[in-house]
Amino acid sequence: MNAIEFRDVTLRLGGRSILSGVSLDIGTDEFIGMLGPNGAGKTSFMRAVLGLLPASYGEIFVLGHRARRGNPAIGYVPQLRSNVGTVRLSGLDFVGGVVNGHRLGLPMLGKAARSEVDRVLELVGARELARRPLSETSGGERQRLLIAQALIGQPQMLLLDEPLSNLDPRHQQGVVELVKSLQTELGITVLLSSHELNPLLGVLDRVLYLGGGHAALGRVDEVITGPTLSRLYGSEIEVIHVNGRIFIVSEGHEMEHGPHRHADGHAHHNAASAAG
Amino acid sequence: MDRTGTRMGTPITMRRAPRVERLMFQYDFMQNAFAAGTIVAIVSGLVGYFLVMRGQAFAGHALAHVGFTGATGAVLVGMSPLWGMVLMTMAAGMGMGALGERIAYRDVAIGIVLAVALGFGLLFLHFFTSYATQATALLFGNVLAVDVSTVWTLAGLGLVSLAALAVISRPLIFASLQPELAEAKGVFIRLYSILFLAIVALTTAECAQIVGVLLVFTLMVGPAAAAQALTSRLGDGLLLAALFALVETWSGITLAYYTDWPSSFWITSLSAAIYLLAAAYRSYAGRVEQRQRTSAGAEAL
Repeated sequence: MNAIEFRDVTLRLGGRSILSGVSLDIGTDEFIGMLGPNGAGKTSFMRAVLGLLPASYGEIFVLGHRARRGNPAIGYVPQLRSNVGTVRLSGLDFVGGVVNGHRLGLPMLGKAARSEVDRVLELVGARELARRPLSETSGGERQRLLIAQALIGQPQMLLLDEPLSNLDPRHQQGVVELVKSLQTELGITVLLSSHELNPLLGVLDRVLYLGGGHAALGRVDEVITGPTLSRLYGSEIEVIHVNGRIFIVSEGHEMEHGPHRHADGHAHHNAASAAG
Repeated sequence: MDRTGTRMGTPITMRRAPRVERLMFQYDFMQNAFAAGTIVAIVSGLVGYFLVMRGQAFAGHALAHVGFTGATGAVLVGMSPLWGMVLMTMAAGMGMGALGERIAYRDVAIGIVLAVALGFGLLFLHFFTSYATQATALLFGNVLAVDVSTVWTLAGLGLVSLAALAVISRPLIFASLQPELAEAKGVFIRLYSILFLAIVALTTAECAQIVGVLLVFTLMVGPAAAAQALTSRLGDGLLLAALFALVETWSGITLAYYTDWPSSFWITSLSAAIYLLAAAYRSYAGRVEQRQRTSAGAEAL
């Protein structure tokens, strides 16, 4: 059984075609990095797996069943919303608010629910920081709490949408290492979208590159090559390896920013999340 | 003027308390005022907490203004202003919820709706004869003029609001904190947005009986914002918000009795004072925590 199967899938959003005729298999226990330019459909891909964006053609299977909304087997870490930082609510309540959150009733946590909250906070190493209000946590800490939230209900698959954006390289590394350790410890499938390939190089099993309505899935050395990317982008792309890092260059301009660009990367990231 | 407040049409201030020695609660109108104030304060505090958490305070304010149109329109056709307000705010609240994030969070759209609503309210008042008192009572409230039957109506409406809030609170919190995740887990975001704004609408209509449509902010947003400055725990925050709203309302009515100044003035002043104190405490405590964290960090290095 595959974790995710796309059979000749076409996704459309507001009349615009995002993916057309994509077929791919992602195995259980794989760590997949999803890359691609802005608007290539990374978020839409995840929403399709979650059953929130139906395929306009083709079929999507998740863990052997047709993709459906409300699938408890999938944990989802959406892109960080700017309003999360303004909520003066403790991390504990932020994570606890998700337990049975789809059921009607008062938000009282029973014994089982409290131990579930404890379990996920322990998993991401956030028991201490969960006592603080969300508005007083750093970007990296907030990302931990979001991941804890997604782990409520013991999902078999974790989808993370741009968890590294707006983080400095050190915190990016922290998040990547955390996700990798969760993946091995819990034996789950991970699909993580990112603007940058380099922070993920050590942990990826395969990379899924979206571009121009198409998708390429394979090992980094198979997919991140000049010819493959040129085909996806429809223009001349060069791939340069420097000291174990990979840079993707189009007509002399670097397309994804490397770590050195991070200090001034904020405006760009914001633009990126708006587009995604 | 004697001390029997009648519904609408009484001036919102009273004569100084006569030196005869009747206790405050020996007057029926004071008993009614306290009963109505208690019901409305608890409902406003609790509903307001969610309103602030969802960042929809301005939407709540707009609903109250729409209520003004409903109330004046109702008077014009011979209905009770309270029910006119309830109907109109409920319709507007559910409409806002149904239109979704596109409208419920748009300041400009809400601002325009709010202004148009007040404009229509003014037009309806124009056709109505006893203009000024009616308008002042609706706009600024007159808790001392609440009669027994209104108290019972408020109790019924309050019960409905709180029961509805209790039933949807868990998915509402989920949808407020993490809409995308909630959606992925099968929560219908739009539905809860509609239901919640319907509850807010009901609450603003109730709240307007105490402090008037222009000042519902004072009981719905002030106490909740102060509570959120003081605690980051959900349960404590809800309790504190209701408690602050109660204290403000009770003190406001009492001060109005002894000073002869309008109760709405006292309630708004107390609400602002409590919020400012809470915000000052937060900024002080925030600095202390920051220092502790920095020194702990320095030790760790």
